[in-house]
Amino acid sequence: MLVVVTVVFLLIHLIPGDPVAVILGPEANAQQIEDARRELGLDRPLHEQLLRFYARLLRGDLGRSYFLDRPVTQALWERAEPTLVLMLSALVVAVLIGVPSGIVAGAYQGSWWDRGLMTLALLGVCVPGFWLSLNFIYLFSVRLGWLPVAGYASVFQDPVAAGRYMLLPAVSLGFNQSALIARIARSCMIEVLRQDYIRTARAKGLAERSVIFLHAFRNALVPVVTVIGITMAILIGGAVVTEIVFNIPGLGRLIISAILRRDYPVVQGVVLLTAAAYMLINLMVDVVYAYIDPRIRYA
Amino acid sequence: MPEGVAVSESAVLAGAPVTAAGARTRLVRRILKNRSVVIGGSVFLLLALVALFADALAPYNPTRLYPGQRLKPPSMQNLLGTDEFGRDIASLVLHGSRVSLLVGGVTMILTSLGGVVIGLIAGYYRRLDIVIMRLMDGLMAFPAILLAIALMAVRGPGVWNVIFSLSIVYLPRTAMLIRSTALSVRELDYVLAAQALGRGGLAIAFRHILPNCMGPLLVQGTFIFAYAVLAEAILGFLGVGVPPYVPSWGNVIASGKNVIREAFWVSAFPGLALTIAGLSLNLLGDGLRDTLDPRLRRE
Repeated sequence: MLVVVTVVFLLIHLIPGDPVAVILGPEANAQQIEDARRELGLDRPLHEQLLRFYARLLRGDLGRSYFLDRPVTQALWERAEPTLVLMLSALVVAVLIGVPSGIVAGAYQGSWWDRGLMTLALLGVCVPGFWLSLNFIYLFSVRLGWLPVAGYASVFQDPVAAGRYMLLPAVSLGFNQSALIARIARSCMIEVLRQDYIRTARAKGLAERSVIFLHAFRNALVPVVTVIGITMAILIGGAVVTEIVFNIPGLGRLIISAILRRDYPVVQGVVLLTAAAYMLINLMVDVVYAYIDPRIRYA
Repeated sequence: MPEGVAVSESAVLAGAPVTAAGARTRLVRRILKNRSVVIGGSVFLLLALVALFADALAPYNPTRLYPGQRLKPPSMQNLLGTDEFGRDIASLVLHGSRVSLLVGGVTMILTSLGGVVIGLIAGYYRRLDIVIMRLMDGLMAFPAILLAIALMAVRGPGVWNVIFSLSIVYLPRTAMLIRSTALSVRELDYVLAAQALGRGGLAIAFRHILPNCMGPLLVQGTFIFAYAVLAEAILGFLGVGVPPYVPSWGNVIASGKNVIREAFWVSAFPGLALTIAGLSLNLLGDGLRDTLDPRLRRE
């Protein structure tokens, strides 16, 4: 985590361009720029800025945004809801499509179901998510007029509007990931069905259905959980792009506009938050993994 | 032990470079028998030819503006229509393949070279391993696309900056792959034999361990090519990739986003090209993995 924090800090401060010049606009004179730099602490040497950054971070203080006129933590908090809602709904879409199609394709390996689903999954891996979103917008919003083109409504204030706004982003973001999940689920299923205990289950005369659902399914699920964790991590990055396409006021749009305005503290905040989320997800995957598969025990 | 590897091992042991011609032709023949390699490879080859002869194939100059021809739907004159500046979409798509393949190809080469050097050093010199791997972990702690966006903010728009950023982003994957392969190979007897013969560490790493990493490296390189092509388009789409006046698939899709109500063809066709490129590379990678990975081979 220390490495990550340092990398983020250095990366951000190496961005060429002076934030002060951007904030004050082209008409500011040299004296005003100098004052503003002192006020923001940008006139100190880099290592001193870095040490102050560590110290503040330990107190949970990410600094103030240069532009939004509020603490970065508050800005992150305000923008987190849309991104979280988007990621969770995309994850639901990905799992709902991915796991069943992978299990079916793996259980009936070589059948037409298998071939059709896997061709679809290959396409799903390769179709760029942001292009898919544009096609969805054209088809469902522009042509058919069923759903709004872009925008966002809070789930807590207006659930129906929120659903209508969120449907297209969630499906286009989740579709790529569902393809990935389906491919992994299929190969896990195939792997599991080759095991001895499956042969035993068949030999004792169990119906194929209960062999697949009671014996194979649970065991095939173990690696799938890891993939779902990876999916969550990829969704963080994908959410940035999806938010831009659908004009969702989340963390992705926050960081893009912050980069364009050289709003260092905000860029730092978003990158740190996502890196922390990323690590937390990986930790959760390990825990869930140990819970599902009793053979794994951490010393 | 698979045939190809066994032969090259004895060749290496004898101190000769890996030129077991017979084994190599057999390997090539086996790879060419794989259907996805053949399909993916030919489509990709076709794309490369298109990129090479884009000037001859394109009916119009892609950067020339024809204000009188704005947003024309596909017709005999402009096969795929025109964009908001009257540029011919077909010509833009043909020329856009150059940027995509350049970025994908150079990123693949850079990550492979860097990954081999870093991975072999980490895999062979255990003391450096910890430092290098912490650094790689640090880089991997960010979602790929977010790190690329942040790096692009540091470097500014431009083809070579895109290549640089994507190479940094994807380098840790190759380095970790080479490291783990090197770690397993270095325990084999022939490495011990080479050590007994008095070979130095670097010579062993590069001449004896590296040849056994080539298969995974090739597979990984193909997938990184695919990721890089997609990531370049995403960066262009977000407006932080190659400059807007350069014809690239991402840039054209971005301009199509603004006119999606009137002209779906502006974003549809470059996206289709992007999908085809991704599909061919993924097919090629899948096929190569099936034939080159001894664990997956069904014989």
